[in-house]
Amino acid sequence: MKIYLKIWRQKNANDKGGMVDYTLDGVESDMSFLEMLDVLNEELIAKGEEPVEFDHDCREGICGTCSLMINGRPHGPDSRITVCQLHMRSFDDGDTIVIEPWRAKAFPVIKDLIVDRTAFDRIQQAGGYISVNTSGRPVDANAIPIEKDAADASFNAATCIGCGACVAACKNASAMLFTSAKVSQFALLPQGQVEAADRVMNMVRQMDLEGFGNCTNTGACEVECPKGISLENIARMNREYLAASVKG
Amino acid sequence: MSGLIKSSLARKYVMALSGLFLVIFLVLHVTINLASVISPDFFNEASHFMGYNPIVQFAMQPILIIGVIVHFVMGFVLEIQNRNARGVGYIKYQGGANASWVSRNMIISGLVVLAFLGLHFYDFWVHEMAYKYVEANPEDPTRYYAETVEKFAPFWRTVIYVVSFVLLSLHLWHGFASSFQSMGVNNKYTPGIKKFAKAFAVVVPLAFAFIAIYHHLNPITH
Amino acid sequence: MAVLDAKVPSGPLADKWTKHKNEIDLVNPANKRNIDIIVVGTGLAGGSAAATLAELGYNVKTFCYQDSPRRAHSIAAQGGVNAAKNYQGDGDSVYRLFYDTVKGGDYRSREANVYRLAEVSTNIIDQCVAQGVPFAREYGGLLDNRSFGGVLVSRTFYAKGQTGQQLLLGAYAAMNRQIQRGKIKSYTRHEMLDLVLVDGKARGIIARNLVSGEIERHAAHAVVLATGGYGNLFFLSTYCMGANVMAAWKAHKKGAHFANPCFTQIHPTCIPVSGDHQSKLTLMSESLRNDGRIWVPAKKEDAEAIRAGQLKPTEIAEQDRDYYLERRYPAFGNLVPRDVASRAAKERCDAGYGVNKTGEAVYLDFDAAIMRYGREKALTSGMKNPDDVTVRKLGEEVVEAKYGNLFQMYEKIVDQNPYKTPMMIYPAVHYTMGGLWVDYNLMTTIPGCYAGGEANFSDHGANRLGASALMQGLADGYFVLPYTIGDYLSDDIRTGPISSDTPEFDEAEQNVRDRIHKLMSANGLHSVDYYHKKLGKIMWNKCGMARNGKDLKSAIKEIAELRKDFWENVKVTGVADGKNQELEKAGRVADFLELGELFAMDALQRNESCGGHFREEYQTPEGEALRDDDNFKYVAAWEYNGEPSKAKLHKEELTYENIKVKTRSYK
Repeated sequence: MKIYLKIWRQKNANDKGGMVDYTLDGVESDMSFLEMLDVLNEELIAKGEEPVEFDHDCREGICGTCSLMINGRPHGPDSRITVCQLHMRSFDDGDTIVIEPWRAKAFPVIKDLIVDRTAFDRIQQAGGYISVNTSGRPVDANAIPIEKDAADASFNAATCIGCGACVAACKNASAMLFTSAKVSQFALLPQGQVEAADRVMNMVRQMDLEGFGNCTNTGACEVECPKGISLENIARMNREYLAASVKG
Repeated sequence: MSGLIKSSLARKYVMALSGLFLVIFLVLHVTINLASVISPDFFNEASHFMGYNPIVQFAMQPILIIGVIVHFVMGFVLEIQNRNARGVGYIKYQGGANASWVSRNMIISGLVVLAFLGLHFYDFWVHEMAYKYVEANPEDPTRYYAETVEKFAPFWRTVIYVVSFVLLSLHLWHGFASSFQSMGVNNKYTPGIKKFAKAFAVVVPLAFAFIAIYHHLNPITH
Repeated sequence: MAVLDAKVPSGPLADKWTKHKNEIDLVNPANKRNIDIIVVGTGLAGGSAAATLAELGYNVKTFCYQDSPRRAHSIAAQGGVNAAKNYQGDGDSVYRLFYDTVKGGDYRSREANVYRLAEVSTNIIDQCVAQGVPFAREYGGLLDNRSFGGVLVSRTFYAKGQTGQQLLLGAYAAMNRQIQRGKIKSYTRHEMLDLVLVDGKARGIIARNLVSGEIERHAAHAVVLATGGYGNLFFLSTYCMGANVMAAWKAHKKGAHFANPCFTQIHPTCIPVSGDHQSKLTLMSESLRNDGRIWVPAKKEDAEAIRAGQLKPTEIAEQDRDYYLERRYPAFGNLVPRDVASRAAKERCDAGYGVNKTGEAVYLDFDAAIMRYGREKALTSGMKNPDDVTVRKLGEEVVEAKYGNLFQMYEKIVDQNPYKTPMMIYPAVHYTMGGLWVDYNLMTTIPGCYAGGEANFSDHGANRLGASALMQGLADGYFVLPYTIGDYLSDDIRTGPISSDTPEFDEAEQNVRDRIHKLMSANGLHSVDYYHKKLGKIMWNKCGMARNGKDLKSAIKEIAELRKDFWENVKVTGVADGKNQELEKAGRVADFLELGELFAMDALQRNESCGGHFREEYQTPEGEALRDDDNFKYVAAWEYNGEPSKAKLHKEELTYENIKVKTRSYK
């Protein structure tokens, strides 16, 4: 296959950046999208040019590192996958592919297609945990039976890989799906109840401080989320926050 | 409690609650308006009550106006914040691939409805205020039906009204159900709520449009 | 033996750890506030260690090359975590977990360490549940278990196919809590480039800020390395792309012995290679072997027809299929340990029975499981005499509920529907049992330098059992290292802050800068990946699933030559003072090119077959591994001596007082 690429190139955070066109021949449909970029980079290196930098690590859809906006959609045209799981068989010979970094004020570009997602870490640091010491003596794991449905719902919320596709997809660059998934994971478990009110207040405060936009319930995040995190989590966070505000 | 006002979630609550309040007002409004088609006498009575009852005039009317203002102002605030949150825009962005046009363009449908409200206020509310308080005319419990029908005589006004109702419908299509989500309601009743909200979003504006067209086509012949 | 004192406490096996904890020196809470610890790597071992050390009161700095601690490759572990909870009442116990692990490791691990691992395994589950890790549960609300290869009990706790991610998020959450308290300072997108020794003790690191390119000095009273394994030596592996040996290798060059480098785990159930462009291999969870049956065609002509695309696997009759694991190992069948399963697959493919166009793949078939589950489901839903179509449909639903995400992942990559046609799998490099030699306290041969998780030579001997990596990472990080390190640090309470403004740091920083300069200014003929792929080919072909003396000798030579070529001709584009992924890769590959040689040397000196190390010269007439306990029942710990070829071998003899050493049999 022959593929035409339009890729965002930006030297560093201060550089203005812009789109650059590349043409790549001999692309095979078995290649993953990132392997296609590897091939491009090998060509660029051979020509003495700087390769395109993009974030990636596990290449099996779980670490949440890869983060490309492909033809205007996070993680590309297929649903329920990350970029590293996207294969070139989803494209046709002669296609033009536009590749951009995630765009959000809270996710500044570091270089080329790499953005800084530490805002997500700070949201989690604000309260995304249960305060229990390892050095303490926790009770036996089976001492607290948890209803299977609640455990499953908690797990489903916890499957978030923190890739940021929700922010990238949202027209408001809102981080509600991410934040609410973490809030939900703990809100659904008995262990998480004690700190539930503080947790949601603190995490939402940090989310707002980071400069993410407001949720307008368009649902784009849910559609683009590689792990299928549900909008129900956002509703749950809205509920938890309201209850916590009234209480506090 | 104080933190509530500053947070993004609080802004959403305000948006949702003011929206739901306006939805309730629409129910009242459309009910009375439908009377103008079915029973002109009842329409006159109801209109007169709304126009001269002190609770309606000096309590409910200001609340309604505040509700409208709050909803619009907050809508603008959110829109500006949301635009800023993106920073650098995408060269290519397929918003349509993952969200409906309606949900992404509430500001457009909202602005059209706002513009319409200007005209609507000018047509009815300003007229009423002038009639009652500036010109200080005496009470006349029978004038409302004729005045209303009269308004829809011009073709252009009827068209503007009908187009605005279409936009109102789009606004409600996303906004009504969405306000439940914003208030944290997402449970086994949600599919039902969504269906109801969408039906409402079609039926109510349709009723308004029907009334406008009906009066346009059926002028009072003296 | 002075060099390698394992410091195993005396006394009965079951009491060693408790006794040791009671006897080691502690640092009082007020003094902990004055002690700094660096933790490199934030996976399960590093993340849990950092969180616990900070909870205890130490000042912790963590370093990871990823953009967030949460992304370490522990996240990719799908299957589960073992613990001797015996919730299923199937006869499990600490001793049995200990026994299985030592046996699974082919009697090449340290008895006392493994027993401790089994002992603290139960705490892991308690701790993780308290942290809110959403493990799978039964309808009664209690924790669910499943079984894994190489054992006869159900002791594996899991969170669907995401156990690693959920456990790591638990450790990351614990870290976050300490970051918020100011007890951990987290440096992300930072890579450790050297270990700094002052007066023979580990006192800090030189790190590169991967965004700005700045070279930074960080001083501390102790350094913990939890930087994972070195499987990327093979280029193609199930490791993440960034996984590297840099931290461990730098420690090795500064005096930490590297133990058993040749012990590598080749995981049997990975998606086969599809072409030259391939950048990594994807693992399909071992849990699939609970229900999948592994086979190849019994007739060579069928295999050839399949490879030529003239025959489909579903067209091969039952009697023409060779379920070789069930045939060779009737007791364990498809659930034999990983090394055994991998080697058996290679044996069949080498004999010409492989499928896939490359001939390097075997089938993992769910048809029998689908039908079995389908009939069961039909019966429980009250259907009498259901037809095959209904049974199949019901069965597919059950299989989907169990393995849906894995099946979907397979279909995405291979573009074939595994419900309708058998999966193709082939072994791939997955884990390294070797690593930095550590004593019972997890300290390397450098005082003050500790190693945890996959980075140390670990408790897995020559082969790791499924669901034991997560167990070991968390055991080291949560329950072992934070306490044993106190024994060392108790001498440091009067030391005061460690300065990074010393000649030792000057020298280490200068060395790092020189090395970067050298990488950036080579002739520029070939890219970094070119060398990495070449190294990977040598490793896979000559130091892979089966090794022999001749190949190993030539590998040693080839790797040394490739390393020389690399330093002369590598091409690193971009700048040193900014983000530069090529430079990052170059540094990592340079280390692999040294480790590769040591790896081959280690494999060459071990004239026996054990666990993941299979020497073709040492096998039984039936092709099973032939261990030599008289001569090789030791840990091979290598001391660096200027270059890999001059490394000096030290032996830690292994003694088994509580377990009878016998031939590992899964027949």
